[in-house]
Amino acid sequence: MFREIMQTLAGDAQADRIVPPSGFTARLTAFTAAAMAFLAVFALALSLATHRLAERWSTSLAQSSTIRISAPLDQREAQTRAVLALLQTTPGVASSRALDPAEQRALLEPWFGPDLPVETLPIPQLVEVVETTEGYDAQGLRLRLAAEAPGAILDDHARWRRPLVRAAGRLHVLGLGALALILCAMAAMITLAAMSALAANRDVMRVLRLIGARDTFIARAFVRRFTIRAAGGALFGTLAGMLAIWALPSVEQAGGFLTGLGFTGAGWLAPLLVPPVAGLTAFWATRLAALRALRSIS
Amino acid sequence: MIELNDITYGYDGTALLSGISLSLSPGSFHFLTGPSGAGKTTLLRLCYLDLTPSRGSITVFGVPAARLGRNDVAKLRRRVGVVHQDCGFLDHMSVRENIAMPLATSGLDPAQHAAEIDELLAWVGLTDRAEARPAELSGGERQRAALARALILSPDVVLADEPTGNVDWEMSLRLLTLLVELNRMGKAVLIATHDMNLIRAAKSQVQARVLRLRRGQLDMAGADL
Repeated sequence: MFREIMQTLAGDAQADRIVPPSGFTARLTAFTAAAMAFLAVFALALSLATHRLAERWSTSLAQSSTIRISAPLDQREAQTRAVLALLQTTPGVASSRALDPAEQRALLEPWFGPDLPVETLPIPQLVEVVETTEGYDAQGLRLRLAAEAPGAILDDHARWRRPLVRAAGRLHVLGLGALALILCAMAAMITLAAMSALAANRDVMRVLRLIGARDTFIARAFVRRFTIRAAGGALFGTLAGMLAIWALPSVEQAGGFLTGLGFTGAGWLAPLLVPPVAGLTAFWATRLAALRALRSIS
Repeated sequence: MIELNDITYGYDGTALLSGISLSLSPGSFHFLTGPSGAGKTTLLRLCYLDLTPSRGSITVFGVPAARLGRNDVAKLRRRVGVVHQDCGFLDHMSVRENIAMPLATSGLDPAQHAAEIDELLAWVGLTDRAEARPAELSGGERQRAALARALILSPDVVLADEPTGNVDWEMSLRLLTLLVELNRMGKAVLIATHDMNLIRAAKSQVQARVLRLRRGQLDMAGADL
């Protein structure tokens, strides 16, 4: 089959001439392939971005946790010291530190604005805990905290990390599903365009059969025409899609979730698979349609 | 070369041809005549395996047609030159390209057979029309171009369906002369026509058998022709 594909791509000047020029069908096929490839690049970018996001959330959140100390103001400092001392002797804790008032103010600033007097407000003291790769025993730590600092509550982020990672994972699958659907739609559209062209050229196929052409000779001419059109259109659409992705604002500039949509490093090579896949899809779709059409001609 | 044995062909339960037997041997010359709708074209199509009989058998170059696959049929058709009633050209190609097309479909390079193409174009008198599109040709020119295409692979059998249908008497005689010349080269020729004058004109040039299709049956025509 590889040989058949190579022979088709290599072409035959005589065989190429047998397919009449068909401006509208040619433009329709190339446009369809370009549009689908453009969408496929976005679906691929979405899928890769959400995959990266899920991994990042999963890793970064899995290795950090917070202890919230909600003690009366006069006990807060003592309990904070007790918690920090306890954490220093807890296996699986790489480091820990209490957030200073400026950091806490910065965390609340989006909601309360600047210059919030956090020192005079009954705001819990936060302690950031960074885990080792092995991690700590959350249940054991909770018991020890309850004994030595009753106002301390461990939040290992598991409760809200899980749905976030699940959502990112689902977006990743959704992206892959969209990519598969786009490729299927592309195959369907190219098949329809090919069938339309084949139906319009039924007389040409019949004449060729009557002068002794084999099915493969006739099919190859149509298959080559459509494969080149689809691959060419898809290449244009892919490059346009990559350019559009590249032109999106960067994460640093906008800071939003969607701005993470894009490719990084070797990921930029992934969309370049779209044109060959489109070409292969067109090859099979046209070949099957052509051979089916030829079977109805004696 | 081509033998039809007790052929019946029909559709929707009606037999268009019934009990037809015919043998086209090397060097034979046949006219097939009969009224419009008698089945002349159908009989020709059976000869080049474009139709499958509902009963009987066809043998082409010693091979039973029933045993042939699609690729075998394609290969055998290269040995049967057909001049179709509507000529069957590829309209987007020039006359020269149309004539060369059987070479390409047979895996031969037309560029290496340019001299043969030129020779054929000259033989049918279309040298100066070689680059024209089929739509630009007159009826007679189209028939001659179709004849040239039918002959480019030097077939053993030539089948012509109403080759003089759209041409004047002078051109009819010219085409007839070309077909007689081919026959003298040893090729079997079968011409389907309802033009009795053409058949009469041929009798002075060639030993031809005249077959008449009537009510689905094939008769040898009498001396009245």
